[in-house]
Amino acid sequence: MKIHEYQAKEILKAHGVPVPKGSVARTPEEARRIAEEIGAKRIVVKAQIHAGGRGKGGGVRIVRAPEEAEKAAKEILGMTLVTPQTGPAGRVVRKVLVEEGVDIKEELYLGVVIDRSKASPVIMASREGGVEIEKVAAEAPEKIIKEWVDPSVGLRPFQANKIGYGLGFEPNLMGPIRTVITGLYKSFYENDCLLAEINPLVLTADGRLIALDAKMNIDDNGLFRHKEVVGLRDLNEEAPLEIEASKYNLSYIKLDGNVGCMVNGAGLAMATMDIIKLSGAEPANFLDVGGGANVEMVKNGFKILMSDPGVKTVLINIFGGILRCDTLAKGVIEAASEVKVNVPVVVRLEGTNVEEGRRLLNSSSLHFTVAMGMKEAAEKVVEALKSAEGIGQSA
Amino acid sequence: MSILVDEKTRVVVQGITGNEGMFHSRQMVEYGTKVVAGVTPGKGGQKIEGIPVFNTVSEAVKKTDANASAIFVPPAFAADAVLEAADAGSSVIVCLTEGIPTLDMVVVRQYLKDRRSHLIGPNTPGIISPGKCKIGVMAGYIHMPGKIGIISRSGTLTYEVVDQLTKKGLGQSTCVGIGGDQIIGLNYVDLLEMFEKDEGTDAVIMIGEIGGTAEEEAAEFIEKKMKKPVVAFIAGLTAPPGRRMGHAGAIIASGKGTAKEKMEALERAGVRVVRNPALVGEEMQAILRKQRA
Repeated sequence: MKIHEYQAKEILKAHGVPVPKGSVARTPEEARRIAEEIGAKRIVVKAQIHAGGRGKGGGVRIVRAPEEAEKAAKEILGMTLVTPQTGPAGRVVRKVLVEEGVDIKEELYLGVVIDRSKASPVIMASREGGVEIEKVAAEAPEKIIKEWVDPSVGLRPFQANKIGYGLGFEPNLMGPIRTVITGLYKSFYENDCLLAEINPLVLTADGRLIALDAKMNIDDNGLFRHKEVVGLRDLNEEAPLEIEASKYNLSYIKLDGNVGCMVNGAGLAMATMDIIKLSGAEPANFLDVGGGANVEMVKNGFKILMSDPGVKTVLINIFGGILRCDTLAKGVIEAASEVKVNVPVVVRLEGTNVEEGRRLLNSSSLHFTVAMGMKEAAEKVVEALKSAEGIGQSA
Repeated sequence: MSILVDEKTRVVVQGITGNEGMFHSRQMVEYGTKVVAGVTPGKGGQKIEGIPVFNTVSEAVKKTDANASAIFVPPAFAADAVLEAADAGSSVIVCLTEGIPTLDMVVVRQYLKDRRSHLIGPNTPGIISPGKCKIGVMAGYIHMPGKIGIISRSGTLTYEVVDQLTKKGLGQSTCVGIGGDQIIGLNYVDLLEMFEKDEGTDAVIMIGEIGGTAEEEAAEFIEKKMKKPVVAFIAGLTAPPGRRMGHAGAIIASGKGTAKEKMEALERAGVRVVRNPALVGEEMQAILRKQRA
């Protein structure tokens, strides 16, 4: 789960990391009031969306007075912000963070992520801040300091020292950098984060370290033990069909193609998307109804596919294991009887009780094309798409 | 022959009194797996389908000589169940649970470092040596004893490939689901090494997907150490970056972990990478024919 910059900064602040004075605003008036309270010469108004590159898209303004903050907020709130990370559709801005401006002497990078190979959290730090750390990692990996943390002993003071001196800081900055590193790591660990990042961490002209921007991704699997973090979810940042799918515990991701697909199991679902592409079409979505899906899940999954206007044909690819194919066939037939199916549907069933499953589909009043094997299924769905498009063009 | 589990494997099912645990214990027994004990704290002394239930794994191991664990425990308690199995000395621990917090697995991996237990999973369909032993939730009947080893991060995609193989008369020595999470126990490299040494395995199929660098590490191992042929399929060529594709570990993060990178690394290592998931069995058959000719 992603959270907003202002939420991440609140967590950091609670763990002792200095952040700029400021608060989140939902209206221009609120932005003005916050700017007045801050009382600084320079005020920054930042769009709050779950994507980076906001400055490039015009989502960050620096102003000099509360009235200007109000004006900037008025312009940013409600705008559709397009950044390299949002895709061409962009995101509507519903909140802005209003903060004091900071005199930047230097921009640094500080982050914690999970190192999958070493099965351990790793702290990364670099004096090359303010740019994407991936770029630094690719071009000048020697400029990144890494420090792995053994969770059974936790982050130790010497490790924060290693990072601080490794960055080439003077001894007088050791106290502040230790505070920031410790606070960031605690924010990461105590909230079950997969990533917690301060970029840039700035060194000010008067020798302070401040988290100027912050990003946190939280492990969905850890949410059950953080009720307060669950409340930070912003449904406005998620696609409506994805929210709908999550209600039924379905794993659904909307894509741009026109072949809708429904599959049991994540690996098979990805492979199905790949084979659709390989056969000459584009998948409209990823939909995993679960390795052990039941009738209800299949039904809801099918309804979600039908409510996507981009879907022109559907491929259902199910490999029944413990879950029987006849059960699945029933789910599909039930779903198709409840929603209007106005696109061709190709079904490929394999596995336990497959004959009974195919018999049910063939004898139902609904029109399914039954395919044998994944290859044939993909070919048939692309064929159906082409003839559907042909009809569309001639009409 | 096979790796990790065979007819000598004696299984204790942790969480045997839950719905999943009970259902799959029955299925495993039906397949011929020796399920010798169950564990649910507070339910010791009961019997499930004639299988004695104990309060702790160490008690179960002491009384029944169990040497492997199957874990059907809810996510919040699953990491503890793995630690308990390792503490009791289970040599193979299969953790079926999906949804364990990543940081819990960090602790588990640390704990397992100096112990001899092999962890399979979590978030795995399990492991099967066809005709000998199945610890997991896969449908046993699609498998067939033989000489192909399979290592996969996926469940149903593995069934798909197994089905292709079985229909061509190509049996399997052992099929291992290593799990779809970010942090897992045994990985490709560990298992490739075991298959390379196993006299009962002639060739290996690797089923990978986007996320992490496990496939790249496997490629390095294959290039340096493997003589047996390896066929691979990598899922997720069409997956968008930054999105978690069903599995917690299937994510292209910061542009890294793409299917393309993995395919290229494996191809450089001499692995036959199949683009079409429907043709994995066919490709394996072709390679074996060529080798035997």
